[in-house]
Amino acid sequence: MNLEGLEMIAVLVVVVLFVKVLEQFGLLEASYDDSVEDELEMSTVRHRPEGLEQLEAQTKFSRKELQILYRGFKNECPSGVVNEDTFKDIYSQFFPQGDASTYAHFLFNAFDTDHNGSVSFEDFVMGLSILLRGSVQEKLNWAFNLYDINKDGYITKEEMLDIMKSIYDMMGKCTYPILKEETPRQHVEIFFQKMDKNKDGVVTIDEFIDCCQNDENIMRSMQLFENVI
Amino acid sequence: MAAGVAAWLPFARAAAIGWMPVANCPMPIAPRDQSKRQDELIVLNVSGRRFQTWRTTLERYPDTLLGSSEKEFFYNEETKEYFFDRDPDAFRSVLNFYRTGKLHYPRHECISAYDEELAFFGIIPEIIGDCCYEEYKDRKRENAERLMDDQEENKDSKLPHMNFRETMWRAFENPHTSTMALVFYYVTGFFIAISVITNVVETVPCGSTPNQKDVPCGERYTVAFFCMDTACVMIFTVEYLMRLFAAPSRYRFMRSVMSIIDVVAILPYYIGLIMTNNEDVSGAFVTLRVFRVFRIFKFSRHSQGLRILGYTLKSCASELGFLLFSLTMAIIIFATVMFYAEKGSTSSKFTSIPASFWYTIVTMTTLGYGDMVPKTIAGKIFGSICSLSGVLVIALPVPVIVSNFSRIYHQNQRADKRRAQKVQKARLARIRAAKSGSSTAFLHSKRNGLFTGLPQLQGSEEGDQQLNKTASLLESQHHHLLHCLEKTTAHEFVDEQLYEQNCLEGTLQSCPSRSPSLSSQEGPTSTCCCRRSRKNPHLPSAGVPPTCQRSLQELSAIHIQCGDQPPLSTSRSSLNMKLDEGSRLNCKTGLITTAIISVPTPPAISPEGDGQSLTSTNVQTPASSNVVKVSAL
Repeated sequence: MNLEGLEMIAVLVVVVLFVKVLEQFGLLEASYDDSVEDELEMSTVRHRPEGLEQLEAQTKFSRKELQILYRGFKNECPSGVVNEDTFKDIYSQFFPQGDASTYAHFLFNAFDTDHNGSVSFEDFVMGLSILLRGSVQEKLNWAFNLYDINKDGYITKEEMLDIMKSIYDMMGKCTYPILKEETPRQHVEIFFQKMDKNKDGVVTIDEFIDCCQNDENIMRSMQLFENVI
Repeated sequence: MAAGVAAWLPFARAAAIGWMPVANCPMPIAPRDQSKRQDELIVLNVSGRRFQTWRTTLERYPDTLLGSSEKEFFYNEETKEYFFDRDPDAFRSVLNFYRTGKLHYPRHECISAYDEELAFFGIIPEIIGDCCYEEYKDRKRENAERLMDDQEENKDSKLPHMNFRETMWRAFENPHTSTMALVFYYVTGFFIAISVITNVVETVPCGSTPNQKDVPCGERYTVAFFCMDTACVMIFTVEYLMRLFAAPSRYRFMRSVMSIIDVVAILPYYIGLIMTNNEDVSGAFVTLRVFRVFRIFKFSRHSQGLRILGYTLKSCASELGFLLFSLTMAIIIFATVMFYAEKGSTSSKFTSIPASFWYTIVTMTTLGYGDMVPKTIAGKIFGSICSLSGVLVIALPVPVIVSNFSRIYHQNQRADKRRAQKVQKARLARIRAAKSGSSTAFLHSKRNGLFTGLPQLQGSEEGDQQLNKTASLLESQHHHLLHCLEKTTAHEFVDEQLYEQNCLEGTLQSCPSRSPSLSSQEGPTSTCCCRRSRKNPHLPSAGVPPTCQRSLQELSAIHIQCGDQPPLSTSRSSLNMKLDEGSRLNCKTGLITTAIISVPTPPAISPEGDGQSLTSTNVQTPASSNVVKVSAL
């Protein structure tokens, strides 16, 4: 048989079709890329929190309060953990006029104490325990931790400026008086004037706690949210 | 508020502690939970089926029946449950809405029954989630059209006061209205049939005379056929003219498809009359006769099915286009391949690629005439692949066309698309309005001066009575949170119009309106107290006494600030002034710090005096009395 160009191609086509038919019947194993299926496995993470007794011991909430908290938490995040996007989403719904995503990002980092990218119920409840039931010292500690973005123990002007801008972002555009560019900066200046006792350009934890304890406003407002749960 | 995340409100409020060290003003008091009751299970008995849920779950949506006090009307004292005499199946989706925040439409449910349930429980259907919204809208549209169709059938009763022209038009459009119309309808139908049959028979070879070969009947009995043709054309012309006369809008009638068909049907005859003498154009004349066959389309007035077929083809234009496109692609590919495959063989019919088109089309549509067959092996292989793929390519779009046909039988597609666009816009507008309701709710409550925090201090009973509207606890907590943010940043939320207004004012003002203050605390502190009080004259508040209103000066500029000594704690004196001060605890005492142009504004000039006099009047005045806006003319 004298096979010429096109006949070769024709025969090749027939062979390919034959192979495909065999694969359909499972007689020939097709080698697929399995990585796609692996990804699917990873994304359905389920997290179950520690037992009620342990959480009761570790936090200052009563059993009933933990129950209520967990029910709310699980309702919003059925998988048991919150990732940053969901967190931003939820927090933004409370501030419809502005953009709460930057502040939510800082909050997320403050709650995510082990820095694994997701907030589990334990992290959530620990954070809330400090904020709602902790001593003033602990609360101030937590606030310092929130402001100290890179967790190096010092609040610099840049970090404070970031935080301040994110807070002002939550106000949105339609404010009275109209938000100017330098308003956050001015606010940071005032803050540093108040807090930075030794004028070295950074605020340490001791300066911070010291100064806050001497400020009546701040002390009073720290007690404000105690009846939240 | 996005009530779906109501469970996270405690968290959001706790996180507000992060703002505290940054804020320079003291924060407002938080609203207390009035009746500190434990979260309890409530039982909803819907026609015998008991549903149980937490009370707070239902309170997430305070503007629905179950979330508001309206459900108290359904409370059954003996059984201590809420009884609703409604469909328990539909209630499932209603209750799931409270639980998950998403409203789903169950497919097996009747659309109007579902709508009624939603209306009863005070839920707007626009909230239906995207997963079920398409289905819901489709069913609703179908239902609406079914109702409309029913209505249209009833519309055919005789309308009074129709003139002759209108009667004629109605007779033409709807032959069942009168016997005359029916007669006319049948007569025209008969003549259309006659005309078509005549055209057909004209070409049949009609028995041969011995000396000639077969002659078509048309040439044998020329006169008879000519008479027949003339008669039909007469009738058609008369019919067309009558329709033209009776049409309500002649211009629109002339543009309609049916009238064009009518014209095309009778035109060849007239052109033929004019042109019989000229031999040259007789070829064209013959062509024109072909158009006589279009008379058969006149039957579409008589047949509903034909019209629907026409609509279907028009609406399936995209599917037909796709079919055509894919066929063309395949034809070109296979024709090329076959041509080159068969090039080698001798005496091959595949002389060129266009010549191979014929083979490809015949093979792909599985006709297989056999006038062209491949002879080489390669050609045969590719030919078989061609026929297999032809079956597939043609089979794919056909079911779509079929389903379209059945769908058009019930609906009018063009009106759907127009209506759908309007509905989509309306839906989005409503959802946007509901979402922005949260921010406007906050602004609204600010305007009414109803910061629900304060009345909860000692002896809060009078406070409750003072409040015209009972904001839900959730809302008051959310508003408190937003208020804290305002205090932290020393700026306030305003709505769009005021913002625009202030932008304009800002450009008009040459100098900044900050008077030097004697108080030690500068900057945000003083502005945060007083700017807000400045705003109050703008806002329509319910209980503003005439004295304060008189202090309204419409022009802007310098205003007095009240230097503030913020009270160290909620001292007893400030507590006594519970309602008048509202949240303006910090602006308790007023100091005039700037010299004023005397303006005939009243008692408000002496804020200290006013501060005391306010204690006696039980009015929820904001401290606008402490501030006077003085105008620089």
